[in-house]
Amino acid sequence: MTDVKGHEVTKMVETQEAVAVSSRQKAGLEARGIHAWFDKHHALEDVNLFFPENTVTGLIGPSGCGKSTFLRILNRMHEFIPKAAMAGEVLLHDGDIYDPSVNPAEIRLKIGMVFQKPNPFPAMTIAENVVAGVKLAKLKVASRDEVIEECLTRAGLWKEVKDRLGAKGGSLSGGQQQRLCIARALAVNPEVLLMDEPCSALDPGSTLRIEETIGELSKTMTIIIVTHNMQQAARVSDYCAFFLADGGPGHLVESGLTSQMFTTPTDKRTEDYVQGRFG
Amino acid sequence: MSDTALAPTPAPIRPWKVTPRMVAPQLGLAFGGAVAAMAVVLATGLAGFDGWLVVFVPISIIGTLLLSRSKGAVASVDAIVGNGIVTVAGISFYPIVSLLWTVISQGLDALLNWNFVSSDMRISGPDDELNMGGALHALVGTLMMVSIAAVITLPLGVLTAVYVTEVRGKLRTLVRFIIQSMSGVPSIVAGLFIYSTVVMGMNKFSGLAGGLALAILMLPTVARTAEEVLKLVPDDLRSASYALGAPQWRTTLFVVLPTVRSGIVTSGILGVARIAGETAPLLLTASYFTATTFSPTEGPVASLPMFTFGLLQSGTEYSFARAWACSLLLLLAVFVLFTIARALSGRDKR
Repeated sequence: MTDVKGHEVTKMVETQEAVAVSSRQKAGLEARGIHAWFDKHHALEDVNLFFPENTVTGLIGPSGCGKSTFLRILNRMHEFIPKAAMAGEVLLHDGDIYDPSVNPAEIRLKIGMVFQKPNPFPAMTIAENVVAGVKLAKLKVASRDEVIEECLTRAGLWKEVKDRLGAKGGSLSGGQQQRLCIARALAVNPEVLLMDEPCSALDPGSTLRIEETIGELSKTMTIIIVTHNMQQAARVSDYCAFFLADGGPGHLVESGLTSQMFTTPTDKRTEDYVQGRFG
Repeated sequence: MSDTALAPTPAPIRPWKVTPRMVAPQLGLAFGGAVAAMAVVLATGLAGFDGWLVVFVPISIIGTLLLSRSKGAVASVDAIVGNGIVTVAGISFYPIVSLLWTVISQGLDALLNWNFVSSDMRISGPDDELNMGGALHALVGTLMMVSIAAVITLPLGVLTAVYVTEVRGKLRTLVRFIIQSMSGVPSIVAGLFIYSTVVMGMNKFSGLAGGLALAILMLPTVARTAEEVLKLVPDDLRSASYALGAPQWRTTLFVVLPTVRSGIVTSGILGVARIAGETAPLLLTASYFTATTFSPTEGPVASLPMFTFGLLQSGTEYSFARAWACSLLLLLAVFVLFTIARALSGRDKR
C-alpha cells in the first residue's frame, strides 16, 4: 500500500470515528472491514461504515465504485453471484450476519431491499403483491387486509390503488410499481431497508413521492440508499458515504453528516464529486 | 483503528459455501445407512434393490431426525425433506446407471476388437467369432442417414420456429398445430409414408429414403424446441435492433438467433437424440445391407439399430455379444456428436 493511499485511509477512519462518536446512537447496522471480490477481481476494499438506527444513509459515487456491491453484501444478496467472495463483518444487533449459524433467509427478512427496477410479481394482484413476503416467509398476521392498507399507506400508494386492489401489479405505472415494491418490502417488518437507486427509472413526481415515503419510514427503520442523484442524496439522507474506484478496487473516501459532506467535505475528491465536477 | 485500516488485504472467503465439515454427518449417515441396509439384505429374507430401500429409508429418516434434533423443528423438516429429495434423486439415477452399466459391461467384449469398428459383415456372418467382421457398415449408415435428416431438418425446423415466433405470420396457429400433430406420428407411419413415396418411386431401398423418414420424426422436435428457445429472447433486444433501423430479417439473423445460439444447438441435439436409435422407420426405407455403403441413393444401407435388431434375431452367443456392442457403439457415437456440438456452440454470452 502506498503512502498516499495509507494517508487517505487514515483520514477516512477518522471521519468514521467522528460520525460514530458525534452521533452516539445505537447501530442499526454496522459494516466492518468489508472487501468484495468477483472471482479474482477485487471490487471493494476495506469499507467500514456505521449506520445509526432510524436514520437515512446515502451511498454516493460514480458508476462502478462498488456501492451496489456493498449494498448487496449488507443483506447477503452478494452470494447469489457465482464466484463472488467477500471478507469482513456485517453486524446486526452485535451479531455477524455472515456467521455460519445464521440462516440467510432470516437475515433478508430483517434487512429488506428495494431494487433499481420495479419488480412486482406479475402473476399477483396488488394486494397479493403487498403480502407476498408474509406468505413466502410463512409469517402470521392478525389481519391481512390491515397489513395491506397499512403498508400501502406507508408507501404512499393507498389512496391511488384502494379501489383496485384486485388488479394485477403490472397494471400500475412505473412509479406506482416501485411504491408497491416498497409496500411489499415493508409488509414483513424489516428493521433495515436497503434501496438500490430506487428512483433512477422514475419521473420527478414519483421520485418526490418516494422521497417523502423514505422520510416517513426513517422514523421507524434504518434506511440505506444508493443514489446517483446528488440532489436526492442531499434531500433524503442524514448521513452520506462517498465511494470511489480510482482504477483500483472501490473504497470509501469519506463519510459523515450529509450537511458536512455537501458543504465542508474533508477530501478534495468528495468536494469535486458533490459539486458535479466529475462522475 | 488505523492499524486495521492499514492492515494487509484479508483473504477472500465465502461464508455461504457449504463446507465438507457441515455435510460430513449427513454423508456418514448415508454411507452407514447404506452399509447397514446392505447387511440386513444379506442376512435376512429381504432381497434386491427394493428390499434394500425398505431398510435404508427408515434409517435415513430416523438418523436425520437425530442429527437435526438440536436445531429446532424447522431445521428438522428442512433436513428430512432435503434427505428425501436426495434419496429420490438417487433412486431415479439407478435405472440410468444400471442401463449404462449393462450396455457397457455386455458390449465391451465385442467392441474391444479393433475389427468391430474397422470392418463390416460382407464376408462374415453373425455367428462368426468376435475377431471377424464388424459394425463399420452400420456406423457409416447411421451417420449418413442422421446427417441427411439433420441437414434437412435443422434449417427447416429453425425457419419454422422463426415463422411462428418472429414473423408471426397468419398461418402460425395452423403451423404450430401441424408441428404438434407431427410429433405424435408413430415412427412406423413415417417409414410407411416414405416407403409409399420415395422407395416406390425410386423402386429401391436407399439411405436417402431412410434419412427422409428420420427427418419427418426429427422436424417437430427441432421446431418445437427452437420455438420455445426463441420465445425466451427479451423483446427489448428486438426493439433495440429495430430502433437502429434494422429490418426484421437482419434483426432475426444477427440479434435474435445469436442470442440463443446454444439453445438452437440444443434443439438440434434433442432432434438427433430422438432419431439416432430409431429402427421402425428404417425397416421400410433403408432396410439393411451387409457391406459398407457411402452412397445414399444406391440401394439399401445398414444402420446401427437395424444391425442390432438383426443380430438379436439370429440369437446365438456371438450375435448377442455383437448386438450389445452395437448398442454401446450407438451410445458412444451419439455422445461424441453431442460433445462436438456443445464445444462448437460454446456458451450463451448473456
